Amino acid sequence: MNYFIESISQMLGRAPAKPLQDELKVEVREIYEEKRKHKLTKEELHALEEAHARTRHRHKWRNRRWATLIIVNLLFVVSYYFDVQLVEGALTASRVVGFHMADLNSALQVMLAYKHVVLNLLIGTVTVFLLWVLVGGRTFCSWVCPYHFVAEFAEKLHVKLADKKWIKPVTFHRGVRTVFYVIFALLAVVTGYTVFETISPTGILSRALIYGPGLALAWVAVLLLFEIFVSKRAWCRYVCPIGLTYGLVGSISPVRVKYNVVNCHHEGDCRKVCEVPHVLDTTIRMRARDVNVPIGADCTRCGLCVDICPTDSLNFEFVGSKKLG
Amino acid sequence: MSTDKPKKPPLSPVRREQNRREFIRSGVLVGGTLIAALAGFVPIAGGGTHRLRPPGALKDVQLGERDFLSACIKCGQCVQVCPVEAIHLADLADGYGLGVPYIDARAQACDFSCDGLQCVLACPTGALTHSLNYPSQTRMGFARVARPDTCLAVQGKGFKGQARGADYRGKLRFDEVDRWNPIPVADHPYDLELCDLCVRQCPIEIRIAQCADGKPPSGDQNQCPPRHAIRLQPVGDGKAMLPVIEDGCVGCGVCEMICPVEETVIVIDLDKTADTLSA
Repeated sequence: MNYFIESISQMLGRAPAKPLQDELKVEVREIYEEKRKHKLTKEELHALEEAHARTRHRHKWRNRRWATLIIVNLLFVVSYYFDVQLVEGALTASRVVGFHMADLNSALQVMLAYKHVVLNLLIGTVTVFLLWVLVGGRTFCSWVCPYHFVAEFAEKLHVKLADKKWIKPVTFHRGVRTVFYVIFALLAVVTGYTVFETISPTGILSRALIYGPGLALAWVAVLLLFEIFVSKRAWCRYVCPIGLTYGLVGSISPVRVKYNVVNCHHEGDCRKVCEVPHVLDTTIRMRARDVNVPIGADCTRCGLCVDICPTDSLNFEFVGSKKLG
Repeated sequence: MSTDKPKKPPLSPVRREQNRREFIRSGVLVGGTLIAALAGFVPIAGGGTHRLRPPGALKDVQLGERDFLSACIKCGQCVQVCPVEAIHLADLADGYGLGVPYIDARAQACDFSCDGLQCVLACPTGALTHSLNYPSQTRMGFARVARPDTCLAVQGKGFKGQARGADYRGKLRFDEVDRWNPIPVADHPYDLELCDLCVRQCPIEIRIAQCADGKPPSGDQNQCPPRHAIRLQPVGDGKAMLPVIEDGCVGCGVCEMICPVEETVIVIDLDKTADTLSA
């Protein structure tokens, strides 16, 4: 239960709590103590990372994820183009071989604004809810959302520019996403319009892919420029209510990333590649309360940390079964 | 989490200043994003989003299209099932109407060639209301003879050739050509002594004629429209005739689409339907 509360409150914007020394389990304290005695030199660490960078599996999860994301989005496009009726609609709502699916956040916006729920929408919403409980909540973000995909490239550019000191990265309080969530929900109820849908790059991009590009792509371009020149991954981190909706679903999902403290060198490469680094707070020295720590619900299960970890300390798990992959 | 923790030391002035700035920045982010989001209301208030919508689109005397715009989940399943590709999704200029389906009747009207109102069946949210079963129950708008002076029939003229020219891409279903597949209007030239295209191609009138022949669409008697939608009425002596819209008109827009005159003689009024005529 503690994992649940901690993980949700972190997702809503609370900073991860630093555990006190006596909150750590004895085994963990021993592990940290052992590590303190046998510190690796900078050269040793560097060699370790170099060796890992050369391994065949360095981009395993990213490649799997991108392939999935591209295939899912192409299925919509191809299905419509060749009129095979495999996947009809767009990411906001669709019919997959006849079965209704409705994006949870789009469905929520419609329900709040329209204030009626027809059976088909309910069926679609429940189906998608169960599906994403099964595969990990925010998995939607990194494995399906087309905006996430383009934002990853914007992020690469942003990091490059920031490294060269050409731009000064700006951050915001993470809790602002919760504020947005409440505001968008209230706006839908009060105005009777699905206000968020108008600015949702997920819906805009999905429709642009399927039905052809439009002026709305200019809005997506504005968001990407903001992320390149001002604030890294700003939309996903600070605004998008879709992420929060799926994050809540993911809090009860058995698919998650698990951290094992034993071999970790606490170098923090995982936190650098992470869209939501607060979930990896536990990988900082003296922050893990247990030998194995499940990563919180805000994690998009993108697997970048799993890929980059040179010591295999981060892995996907399906709770109640062995590690995945 | 727990309350038995020792009290946190007070924040340093630097840290406090950082927090204050972060708070202000975050406020600006919220403000900026909300301005963008609320800008979607401008086109709605300006009335620029008033368009011909697919059959069954929610409409209310007081609320106008608000329920339609909010109930629509912007997925385009209606677009995908339409056999004549009449339905498009609105762009950013429509504000909260972004991603919502509309029909440009002059370019391609809904001719009900799917018979079963496929768009209504495809709609997952009821934005195209499922209480609609047959074309004659549709209330998209109401036709109006806007420019009677230029009407060929009013001038007693016939029409020969392709109704909208050789380059026109629009399609209609011609039962006598192909019961199942709509064909380009350009592939179906006419040779009429008196132009009656708006009446001849009216989907309601076509159904009434089929039913009179004892051949209702899909053999379903319910497909038979109860009332006429359009007819030609003699004006003066000679052979001049004037199209007159009747209360069976559903506002599908085929008359507007097929009218060979530039600009079209007949248009669809959006704020009127057969049901609101008497009101």
